Amino acid sequence: MSEIATDLPRPQAASVVTEGGLVRGLLVTVAIVFLALFLVLPLVTVFVQAFAKGWDAYLAAFREPDALSAIRLTLITAAIAVPFNLVFGIAASWAIAKFEFTGKNLLVTLIDLPFSVSPVVSGLIYVLVFGSQGLLGPWLIEHDIQIIFALPGIVLATIFVTFPFVARQLIPLMQEQGTAEEEAALTLGASGWHAFRTVTLPNIRWGLLYSVLLCNARAMGEFGAVSVVSGHIRGLTNTLPLHVEILYNEYNFVASFAVASLLAGLALVTLGLKSLLEWRYAGDLAASGRRH
Amino acid sequence: MTGSTAIRVETLSKTFDTAAVLHDLSLDVRAGELLALLGPSGSGKTTLLRIIAGLDFPDRGRIVFGAEDATRLPVQQRAVGFVFQHYALFKHMTVADNIAYGLNARKRADRPGKSEIKRRVGDLLDLIKLSGFADRYPSQLSGGQRQRIALARALAVEPRVLLLDEPFGALDAQVRKDLRRWLREIHDRTGQTTIFVTHDQDEALELSDRVAVLAKGRLEQIGTPDEVQEAPVSSTVLKFLGDTIEVEAIAQGGEVRVEGRLTPVTAPAGLVGPVKLYARPWQLQFAESHEAHLHGTVRSSYRSQGRQRIEVDRPEGKTVVVEASDTARLPAGRAVGLRILAGHVFAG
Repeated sequence: MSEIATDLPRPQAASVVTEGGLVRGLLVTVAIVFLALFLVLPLVTVFVQAFAKGWDAYLAAFREPDALSAIRLTLITAAIAVPFNLVFGIAASWAIAKFEFTGKNLLVTLIDLPFSVSPVVSGLIYVLVFGSQGLLGPWLIEHDIQIIFALPGIVLATIFVTFPFVARQLIPLMQEQGTAEEEAALTLGASGWHAFRTVTLPNIRWGLLYSVLLCNARAMGEFGAVSVVSGHIRGLTNTLPLHVEILYNEYNFVASFAVASLLAGLALVTLGLKSLLEWRYAGDLAASGRRH
Repeated sequence: MTGSTAIRVETLSKTFDTAAVLHDLSLDVRAGELLALLGPSGSGKTTLLRIIAGLDFPDRGRIVFGAEDATRLPVQQRAVGFVFQHYALFKHMTVADNIAYGLNARKRADRPGKSEIKRRVGDLLDLIKLSGFADRYPSQLSGGQRQRIALARALAVEPRVLLLDEPFGALDAQVRKDLRRWLREIHDRTGQTTIFVTHDQDEALELSDRVAVLAKGRLEQIGTPDEVQEAPVSSTVLKFLGDTIEVEAIAQGGEVRVEGRLTPVTAPAGLVGPVKLYARPWQLQFAESHEAHLHGTVRSSYRSQGRQRIEVDRPEGKTVVVEASDTARLPAGRAVGLRILAGHVFAG
């Protein structure tokens, strides 16, 4: 093959879809400049600002009770929202990928809804339903249940905003894998639960981890929806992103950027783990990457 | 080696959405036999197999295992071994874990001990001649090897019946032939009641004790490979079992004439008037014009599986294929006569 090729005149580019050197260089430069300007520079600024007055000022931002409370609230919220979405995501994608039922397309569309709705609207929906002037407001007040301006509201808004992550990743994966392996397990005498645990779950484990990672990053970083339902009560209903905003509005830049650096750090770790998963288990993540 | 009825399928009907895939289908499977469900795609053969397995449920009719009505029995309790066309091996498990899956899935009280499971897996790996492969993963095996593992996995639970859905459908021609013979050997050694689905006539006729020919959700015929080949009950069965030529004929008093000339074919009693005569390519012979039943001109000739086949255009426009024993090439355009040596007639 290669012997024949050497006898022929070499084409200008290695392939017909490859551009010449100048165009290629230009495209790469544009991409790099763009990334530097809009991604790297802001990220560096966060850390530069956070450490502008040294380590002590940086650490002082985390000794504040309000900051600690915000960290705690963010962790609690994520600890509830992520497992909830994990269960919901698996259940929804299982139903969509492995069964035929009426309303399936509607369910798929609804799962995508949080991606297309502005987070502020998502938060507002809960205020309109659970707020004191809302649909269920009088009943909730009567029974002394507080949802809006409290943890339940923050968790609900976070769940709403993050629920597509797991389902969206798993649906194509499960659809591609089909049901033959589960059927094989059932004919061998396994119960439905046993088949799920030993066959379905191992087949989706890396896709699941990947989506949980992204879901968690979004749950901890969500601002808009949470901002509407939280009420910004310092030390009580402020999550990390809200705390950053409050500090910033008070011109407390060092503390603000210090807390922000925590979120930026979370993003970097997520990005690193995500790349690691993509590199190591590409075949298991992509629906088309099945080995046979 | 075959005996009592192991599985009875009674007037089974199944409809998917609006399309009926099985119509009042009944058949008996004898204990210890190797039964082929043969039919074109869409004949309902895979659906029948899945209903027997408990992976699908019929709209009407019953499935009886021995004396037990299994129609509504969940798949886990049917004790069937199912082998899928695309193997469906658990790809995150080793070969040994795949084979042991059914044993490990049992409730603690019924589960054999670890060493017993290991021994059983070892025996099965010996049986399928893959002894050194216990710690490999399915992705490291060839298609033929994977299908053998799938069979061992199904046999490990000692099923009442082994069900194979187009088991060789995804394999190369050569591997396919080897595996066929190998499956027959395994069957002879284990005496396991086995049903396998195929659309390949050769596979069904070569491998099975009995063949059930399905078409459009109905059972056309069930019998030994010799019976279905020598005495097909319908033109559907005949045509599906191999290449045929179709000729207009006239039947009267048991005799069959083609273009006014008597053929050696006999018509069943009661079949009178215009009929269709069907013959295989090897049931025709080149003949002199005065003793030929058919006339035509040679269109082309080619070799198929080492035998010479000649396409002959008949004057009314139809083309018939003849298999000649001599290998002399006939030039295109040569006028030839054909004599019918044997065949079957059915009402046109």
